[in-house]
Amino acid sequence: MHEMSLCEGMRHVIEEQARRHNIAQISQVRVEIGRFAGVEPDALHFAFDVVMRGSPAEGAALVILDLPGRALCYDCMKEVEIMNRLDPCPICGGGKLLPQGGDEMRIKDLEVA
Amino acid sequence: MCTVCGCGDGETKLDGQPHSHGGHDHQHYGHGLAGTEVPGMSQERLIEIETDILAKNDSYAATNRAVLAERGVFAVNLVSSPGSGKTTLLCKTIEALGDAPLAVIEGDQQTQNDADRIRATGARAVQINTGKGCHLDGHMVGHALSHLDLPPQALLFIENVGNLVCPAAFDLGEDCKVAILSVTEGEDKPLKYPDMFTAARLAILNKIDLAPHCDVDLDLYETNLRRINPEIEILRLSARSGEGMDRWIAWLRANLAQKTTPEAAE
Repeated sequence: MHEMSLCEGMRHVIEEQARRHNIAQISQVRVEIGRFAGVEPDALHFAFDVVMRGSPAEGAALVILDLPGRALCYDCMKEVEIMNRLDPCPICGGGKLLPQGGDEMRIKDLEVA
Repeated sequence: MCTVCGCGDGETKLDGQPHSHGGHDHQHYGHGLAGTEVPGMSQERLIEIETDILAKNDSYAATNRAVLAERGVFAVNLVSSPGSGKTTLLCKTIEALGDAPLAVIEGDQQTQNDADRIRATGARAVQINTGKGCHLDGHMVGHALSHLDLPPQALLFIENVGNLVCPAAFDLGEDCKVAILSVTEGEDKPLKYPDMFTAARLAILNKIDLAPHCDVDLDLYETNLRRINPEIEILRLSARSGEGMDRWIAWLRANLAQKTTPEAAE
C-alpha cells in the first residue's frame, strides 16, 4: 500500500535513534509486521533501499519478522490464529472474524555496524 | 520533500498554498551527529527500540484528538473509492444539518474543486492537496485544524483521499472512520479491501436510487461487510434522492451528543 510512507516513518525513527546513541552506520534493521498490517514485503524492501539513501541505514539489511494474525470468530466466539484475512475459522468454519491485533508495524531493533 | 520528518512539504498544499514548515525542530542528516565519526563504535551491537513505524503520525493524531476532545467536536474520517459520492453526500448533509456548527477538511491529490463545492453551501472548508500522496496523515490534518477555527461542539468532516487502501492505516485523530460505498461498485468490495472496512465504524451504501438499474444485491453487500467486520453499522441511502438521509443525520447528531455530554456535565 503505502510502503514508501512507512519507510519514511522508519527513517525518522532510525535517525532519531542514531543521534541519541551516536551511531554513524546501521547494518541491519529488524521490523515486526503483522499479517493484517497490509504491508507487502517486496514493496517494503524496495522502498527501504530507496528511502534510506543518505541516512545511517543506507545499505542496511532489512529483516521482516512475520507476526501472526489473530481474530475473534463471531460464530464460536473463540480467538483463533489465521494466515489470511479471508480464511474461515479453523475451529468451527465460520466466516465472520474480526482481527484482534495482527496489524502491528514496529521496528524491533537496529544492529550497529 | 523533507525525508527526515516525511511530511512531504514539497507536495502538500493547504488551500493551494505550500504549507509552512515552521515550528519543526529536526536536524537534517549530514549536519549533525549522525554524520560524524564516533570513537569506540567498531563493535557490532544491537539497539532494541520496539517503536511503532507510524509513531510520529500517531503522535500528531493524538494531539489532534486532544484538540477535538477539548472543544467537544465529533470528527468523522470519510473514506471511500474515488467517485462513491462523498462530496455530494457531504453537501447534502450540510444542507440537512441546517445551522448546526460544522467544518470540513477536504483531501485530494490536486484541485480545490471539492472545497469550492463545500464552501458554496456556506460551510467552512479547508482543502489539503497531498500532491502525490495517497492518504491524509495526522500532520496534514493538524495544520488544517489550525486554519479552521473550529467552533465548540461542532461536527468535523474529514474527506480523505479517494482510496480504499492507504487511509486505513493512518490515524488522523478522528472519532471514527465512515466508509462510503456506492451500489455500482460491486458487492465484493468489502472482501477485496478488508482493511478499510475493518477500520470503519459505519458503512454507508450510497446511490441506492441506482440499485434497480444495476444487477446489485444490497443484502449481499451487507453480508460481505459483516463478514469482514461483524460490528460494523450499515446505512443505506441516496444523497441524490434524499432517501435514508434522515437516519444518517440522526446517527451524526447522536454521536455528537454522546461526545459533548461529558463536557456539558462538568
